[in-house]
Amino acid sequence: MAEFSLPANSKIGKGKTVKAAEGAKNIRKFQVYRWNPDDGENPRMDTYEVDMDSCGPMVLDALIKIKNEMDSTLTFRRSCREGVCGSCAMNIDGKNTLACTRAIEDVKGDVKITPLPHLEVVKDLVPDLTNFYAQYASIKPWMQTQSTTPEKERLQSVEDREKLDGLYECILCACCSTSCPSYWWNGDKYLGPAILLQAYRWIIDSRDEATGDRLDNLEDPFRLYRCHTIMNCANACPKGLNPAKAIAEIKKMMVERKG
Amino acid sequence: MSDFKAPLAKVRGLGSAKEGTHHWWVQRMSGVANIPLTLFVVTSFIGNAGKPYADWVAWLQQPLVAVLMLLFVLNVTWHLRLGLQVFVEDYVHTKMNKIIVMTAITFGTVLLAALGAFSILKIAFGG
Repeated sequence: MAEFSLPANSKIGKGKTVKAAEGAKNIRKFQVYRWNPDDGENPRMDTYEVDMDSCGPMVLDALIKIKNEMDSTLTFRRSCREGVCGSCAMNIDGKNTLACTRAIEDVKGDVKITPLPHLEVVKDLVPDLTNFYAQYASIKPWMQTQSTTPEKERLQSVEDREKLDGLYECILCACCSTSCPSYWWNGDKYLGPAILLQAYRWIIDSRDEATGDRLDNLEDPFRLYRCHTIMNCANACPKGLNPAKAIAEIKKMMVERKG
Repeated sequence: MSDFKAPLAKVRGLGSAKEGTHHWWVQRMSGVANIPLTLFVVTSFIGNAGKPYADWVAWLQQPLVAVLMLLFVLNVTWHLRLGLQVFVEDYVHTKMNKIIVMTAITFGTVLLAALGAFSILKIAFGG
């Protein structure tokens, strides 16, 4: 039945404000979503006044500065700090992106930071990606072959290799999938743009021999056909990829094999 | 989650339905067919606007007009049925509700198609 009450922990309260050190002249305010699973409280937005004269240029720099100097309880994922690992994906200024490649100066006004939308929150800015990773495993993201394993490497023409451009760059940060309304409503069954782009990466790989099986696996009203070309995915991707195009290519192959 | 089911087991679920492409393709094709059919209906209705009843009947009794009107009604209701199914799949998440709503939609659109087709044929064959 329809639910008319908000689920637990939906209401976000006003949190504390942490001031910058005395004498700071160049201050930017960061509003950060905080939720602790252990204290039984609702989430809140804490405000941190960061001294920009001693802070790096990216949003991740500010988060690290906050954690190091202002509030060590702030929890977030980060690793490479240069846009190749996908760990620091979060919603910054209303857009899913990587904190490490998002420049603070590109944000107008207070910098509002919340976790990736529509995922269970583990703590603060850390979302639960269990389902996302299981979906990735479900498309068997490895090369599958039938023919005898060659003695040397599997060769690929330059043209065939070029088909992987715009696909292999995906770092599985989940910015696209969590920006997709269709994924919000049916994320349990719809694979979402990131996983479908990854699926297409193996479907189009000239060395892979399981193309038909891969298409069979996606031939489903929910797994593939929940994509309604809303295009939020392409808009969100911090690597400038176009998952919607990859999904369209899969649909074209589905039609093609019907004859 | 306290159901001890592995995440992959949940994702694999009942497996692929092995269909979906046909629905998707037909929805697109009926959409394309709707363009000329709707243009025909709209321009004809504008052209006939203000004419007396007898003229409208005479217009609809022309074989080509009757056939196009019939195709228009059937195609629009078919397209409607397919589109509403997508809507239900997107937004209705309770199994029983889904069955009830889909049944109502199918019965409703088939009824619309039958009423429309019957009306056109009745006039076309001199009703």
